[in-house]
Amino acid sequence: MPTFNLKINNKTHTVNADMDTPLLWVLRDHLNLVGTKFGCGIGQCGACSVHVDGNVMRSCLIQVSQAEGMQITTIEGLSENGTHPVQEAWKAIDVPQCGYCQAGQIMTASAFLAQNPNPSESEIRNAMHGNICRCASYNSIEEAVKVAADKMS
Amino acid sequence: MEPSNKINFSRRSFLKTSALASGGMLIGFNLFNACKQDVKMPVDLSTLNYNDFNAFIKISPEGKVTIFAPNPEIGQGVKTSMPMLIAEELDVLWDDVYVVQAPLDTENYTRQLAGGSQSLRLAWEPLRQTGATAKQMLVNAAAAKWGVNASECKAKQGVITNANGETLGYGDVVLEAAQLEVPENVTLKKPEDFTIIGQGTANVDIDEIITGKPLFGLDYKEEGMLYASVLRPPAFGQVLDTFDASEAKAMPGVVDVITIGDKAKAYLESEKPNWTAQLSKSKKVVVLAKTTWDAFKGKKAIRATWKEESALESTEFHNEKLNEILEGSKFNTRRKDGDVKKAFAQADKVLERTYEAPFLPHNTLEPMNFFADVNDEKVRLVGPVQTPEDAAKTVAALLGRNIEDITVEMTRMGGGFGRRLYGDFVYEAAEISDKIKKPIKMVSSREDDMTTGVYRPSTKYKIAASIKNGKVTGYHLKEACINGNMYGLIPNFFPAAAIENYQVDTANYKSNITTGAWRAPYTNFLASAEQSFFDELAEELGVDRVQLHMDLLENVKNNPDPKIEYSPDRLQGVLKLVVEKANWGKTAEGTYQGLAVYYCHNTHVAEVADIEMNNGVPTVKKVTCAVDCGIVVNPLGALNQIKGGVLDGIGHAMYSDFVFDNGVPQSNNFNSYQLIRMGQTPKVDVHFVKNNIAPTGLGEPTLPPVGGAVANAIYKATGQRLTKQPYMNNLQAKKVVG
Repeated sequence: MPTFNLKINNKTHTVNADMDTPLLWVLRDHLNLVGTKFGCGIGQCGACSVHVDGNVMRSCLIQVSQAEGMQITTIEGLSENGTHPVQEAWKAIDVPQCGYCQAGQIMTASAFLAQNPNPSESEIRNAMHGNICRCASYNSIEEAVKVAADKMS
Repeated sequence: MEPSNKINFSRRSFLKTSALASGGMLIGFNLFNACKQDVKMPVDLSTLNYNDFNAFIKISPEGKVTIFAPNPEIGQGVKTSMPMLIAEELDVLWDDVYVVQAPLDTENYTRQLAGGSQSLRLAWEPLRQTGATAKQMLVNAAAAKWGVNASECKAKQGVITNANGETLGYGDVVLEAAQLEVPENVTLKKPEDFTIIGQGTANVDIDEIITGKPLFGLDYKEEGMLYASVLRPPAFGQVLDTFDASEAKAMPGVVDVITIGDKAKAYLESEKPNWTAQLSKSKKVVVLAKTTWDAFKGKKAIRATWKEESALESTEFHNEKLNEILEGSKFNTRRKDGDVKKAFAQADKVLERTYEAPFLPHNTLEPMNFFADVNDEKVRLVGPVQTPEDAAKTVAALLGRNIEDITVEMTRMGGGFGRRLYGDFVYEAAEISDKIKKPIKMVSSREDDMTTGVYRPSTKYKIAASIKNGKVTGYHLKEACINGNMYGLIPNFFPAAAIENYQVDTANYKSNITTGAWRAPYTNFLASAEQSFFDELAEELGVDRVQLHMDLLENVKNNPDPKIEYSPDRLQGVLKLVVEKANWGKTAEGTYQGLAVYYCHNTHVAEVADIEMNNGVPTVKKVTCAVDCGIVVNPLGALNQIKGGVLDGIGHAMYSDFVFDNGVPQSNNFNSYQLIRMGQTPKVDVHFVKNNIAPTGLGEPTLPPVGGAVANAIYKATGQRLTKQPYMNNLQAKKVVG
């Protein structure tokens, strides 16, 4: 199997994997970074969202062979000890129910707010529309994004 | 799933304390036995055994409290709210409490499961008694140390104070307290003295969730574990005929390809298979690989052929069968008051409508998965399952093992919604590991998960009501369902006892498609149907919708019926509250309102949906929700459950469809199956009826009625009565009316 060097959370990791292996499974099964979740495998649910060069992307749609040279951030690398304003807002609002989708929601929200720190309500709803929460904690997610935006702007 | 309102509670026989070798005090209690009658005391109380006591509190000499929570956490919040009950009466600071998920007690269970919105309701008395008993023992120990009377001492926030103002921490007296006799009578706090119950308390796993720590079944791994991907029949009714695994076996990441299913088939054909064993009898091909991706890829490379073992059914066929049932006369009568036939014959008018809803997959966001390690000594099972005790029992029978060999550890679950009541994925994992005698984790892809599910059954209701002299004189509900749905107590829900002549009939068509409980089973569609029907009935009568309900509930109060499950007063209460908070009937132009009021899972709910029409498409803007669940234990958790239930209910009523063609599900992932997303969600405005009645559950009750509230609002906007879910597939009238 070919070898790839990946830059994840400011560390370089070397992995052996088939070149079509999605980054999602490299993170979860090869590197033990299981905070990035598997939900659909086809880029529809957003549970596997990571940051690539600061933009939110679906790690299930990135093949490991494409990931070399990318600056990848996962939920584990978003902050030291969960202190990113988005994480703090999630905690303050007590967003999660089952909690499974929330890492993906947080990654989407944090990339979005980095680019748009003063979003309108409809911009928030558009930005978060791609992330499914099966428990439907959408009201709380929306509120938490607003709280985080207030902190960040 | 939905027990009667009456709880039998034996208070004194479920507690035992002991000193810990490592210091501190351990209090064991059997939550489940405490909830039922005729409890036998374990013979030997000298040692605390998990088989006798399925939940523990540990108090350390430093005063820290660890609570081992017995019930599985699926997102309903019990891992937080149940320990809150103990901490309240123990009277400690919530910050000093650490909560741990307890493993399964395979011997002495009665209810170590998540389902039916019952955990908190059943735990309310015993968990508070446990906390209060421990507190009393600590006070008694401190009093003895001081040589004063215990009644002169007070305990608060982990500190005991005597009349002279001297203090001792709980940790200072735990060793002595553990030696004392368990007091038989303890006084529980009055609701006005609560300091933890009623306080918004964040999820105990919040820090782990927001930082991506391993919590869920899919995150669990062990050294040397293989990943297993299971190829199951693509159609219900098919079984495996032949397969060729040569291509898969040649893949570098694939370790082996095996078949399973013989043990499952034998078990399913045994005398009494467990109700959770919703499995196909087919042989299945299993790809074992070093990573999940290798296992998924290997499975795609299997070339299999399938043969028909039973009929390959389609949605059209189901519709015909359900229609035949509704038109026929073969029903099981679940409740019969008076004579509906006579009432209908004498009526001025009879209103009759048919409502229909599709199958629904659960689609927990974490797909089905389970870890199993089967060897000659033991069977270790780890993962997300709502019914761990049934899982242990069934695996024992499936593999021919002793129940003592089996342990089940529960992980946090990425959603349940009823799907994880059924342990098919546990049984597959166990059979795989048993065959290769290595630790494995079975992982379903989303496609596997959605197409080999245990679905909410497709259901149709025919509801008829008779009107005579402006009054409702008869009500006849007929249910036709795939495989069965209506539960015994449902016929005692509203409008039972409100209408003189009342009858509920059910009948099923037996299908080979696996079906089962789905969030708010039995009522998740029934409520929508009935709430739409009452709206039309009010219009037919020419009375306000709210008034019709208030009047019918008044009938119940005037003719009390001990069999009914709901409280007419509490239903009237939520109705009044929602009317006030939603500004019922006083909305701005362009906003249309629909109402629903419902009782299920012991909780009373009223909801008003406000919709707007945008280019002929209805948008739900707001849902006002009035809830009477008694005392609100954790307002933060309660709001999450209520809002989530409302939005989940709207999503499935409006958008989600699941069709079969020759036994094959026609949706297999989120590009062909629609779940509600943020852009489609209204704001949910929640109001609680404030009272001091013992709490009831919230995981389900707000979901069933909301479909009816939305349908009624859409009617006001468009003039179309929606009777078939998902509504958006059946919306014809695109014009906004008056």
